[in-house]
Amino acid sequence: MLKGRVWKFGDNISTDHIAPGRYFHLRSNLPELAKHVLEDAREDFPELVQKGDIIVAGKNFGLGSSREHAPRIIKLAGISCVVAKSFARIFFRNSINVGLPLVELQETDEIDEGDILEIDLRRGTLFNITKGRGYSFEPLPSFVLEILELGGIDEYMKKYGDYRF
Amino acid sequence: MGKTMAEKIISEHVGKEVKAGEIVVAGVDVAFVQDGTGPLMVEQFHKMGFDSVKPKIAILFIDHAAPSPRKELSNAHNVLRGFAQQKNIKLVEIGEGISHQIVAEKYAKPGDLIVGADSHTCTAGALGAFATGMGSTDLALAFGTGKVWLKVPETIRVEVTGNLPDGVCAKDLIIKIIGDIGADGATYKALEFVGDTIENLSMESRLTLSNMAVEAGAKAGLIPTDEKTRAFLREHNREEDYREIAPDHDAIYERIIKIDASSMEPVVSKPHTVDNVAPVSAVEGTRIDQVVIGTCTNGRMEDLRIAANILKKHGKASGVRLIIVPASQKILLDAIHEGLMDIFVQCGATILPPGCGPCVGVHGGVPGDGEKVLSTQNRNFKGRMGNPKAEIYLCSPATAAASAAKGVITDPRKLL
Ligand code: SF4
Repeated sequence: MLKGRVWKFGDNISTDHIAPGRYFHLRSNLPELAKHVLEDAREDFPELVQKGDIIVAGKNFGLGSSREHAPRIIKLAGISCVVAKSFARIFFRNSINVGLPLVELQETDEIDEGDILEIDLRRGTLFNITKGRGYSFEPLPSFVLEILELGGIDEYMKKYGDYRF
Repeated sequence: MGKTMAEKIISEHVGKEVKAGEIVVAGVDVAFVQDGTGPLMVEQFHKMGFDSVKPKIAILFIDHAAPSPRKELSNAHNVLRGFAQQKNIKLVEIGEGISHQIVAEKYAKPGDLIVGADSHTCTAGALGAFATGMGSTDLALAFGTGKVWLKVPETIRVEVTGNLPDGVCAKDLIIKIIGDIGADGATYKALEFVGDTIENLSMESRLTLSNMAVEAGAKAGLIPTDEKTRAFLREHNREEDYREIAPDHDAIYERIIKIDASSMEPVVSKPHTVDNVAPVSAVEGTRIDQVVIGTCTNGRMEDLRIAANILKKHGKASGVRLIIVPASQKILLDAIHEGLMDIFVQCGATILPPGCGPCVGVHGGVPGDGEKVLSTQNRNFKGRMGNPKAEIYLCSPATAAASAAKGVITDPRKLL
């Protein structure tokens, strides 16, 4: 079960917003790169984000480049889960691979910044404690949940040595 | 039941018949990374305890920050050089060109399954390959196991008919398609481009179409192979790589989109999303500070010829910085031999070495605050070219050259 405070973002947040190209040279230094996470969408975000916080966004979150650094620095910044109406495909894969949980939920407009959410990935439930409102979503396939629970596909491969699906 | 191109190619690589919606593990023919994604691939390759590199063709490209503008990136490049040496695999050095162009010229075969740690890996779909972008860890898995996991995508069939009017390029067509279906219109899906317009397009134009499939969210952008594919392979001394790949007549599509090319006009993507599309006429007269012609989208000979023709006749407006970036060394040489580089240099353009140039905001032409850039690249997200306070418009090479000639956004049909 995940629990955290909400940061709201709009539609079409690209990997250029998340991990700007002008910090290309920091890609081999992820903790430094994480100090700029999402700053082109919201300048004060890297400074204010707290461990366990949850990002709630509109549609097509993570569009653009294949840079896996994007979900990695979101996770490094302490974000426990990203909830959005939809995700771009490569970002979705990368997030699973690096162990950053994602939830696809159409009703993100009903969630406001600062709300406290409780999310159960296996059961597919999201409860907005602040508003007293609950939602359900299609849980991810079980092999994906296992990758997330192990902390990423690298840990999964270390455990099994090959794809087991 | 008939199959789409994606279903056919993935079935061959799984070793059994698969259809859209299935999650499969498929063998990989070509796997590559670039200098932005490669060092993390190397780290993950070691972390997962892999030893040998499995795909027949595995390549490391240094194209994004090439030549290196700073020491951190020089060190990242050396990580790739070291890995290439240790594993005895191919490394493409600075100045040789952009991964997608070199994969098209030298490696992609019709029917291949290609994965690259770069979102525009879909470019090779123009050669009838299932080519898709992934992240560094997926590529570490592809390098280490020779396989990737995939969900077989549903396909959207895009049928384009009619002749493109003069001054309207393949780039206008793909920008229009993205504007019509939206930046998430094909998410998780493959696009298949068919129809007489596509059949009449050169291979270079087809590469432009497939290149931008990902800007509609697509996993791949496939084009059936034909005599033009064969001729392209012949031109690159590998005609034997040709084979016919086409969808079955009774393939099942998620939907079919029909486009009449003959009624099209030149278009642009306005800041800050690719699907923010308007006719050039709607933004004509907008003052611009910098024009970029090149990148993996439009840095081929056909593009450079279109631009050179316009610039030869009309010159370049003073006050506009014009940057030309050929997509590969072969293109640079061909452009020199054809005299195109003379035209560019004489009109005051700056020529950058083959590579990504200023496209991703690392070097080679970062715009200033409040500046407007017109570029033939494929993305205009805020901050894309290294400055979130700049605005990027995307367009065809014809519109870029016409606008460089006039100093303001200009409909190229007026300068033909
Ligand atoms: S030219 Fe631009 S879009 Fe193409 S691979 Fe390079 S950075 Fe990416």
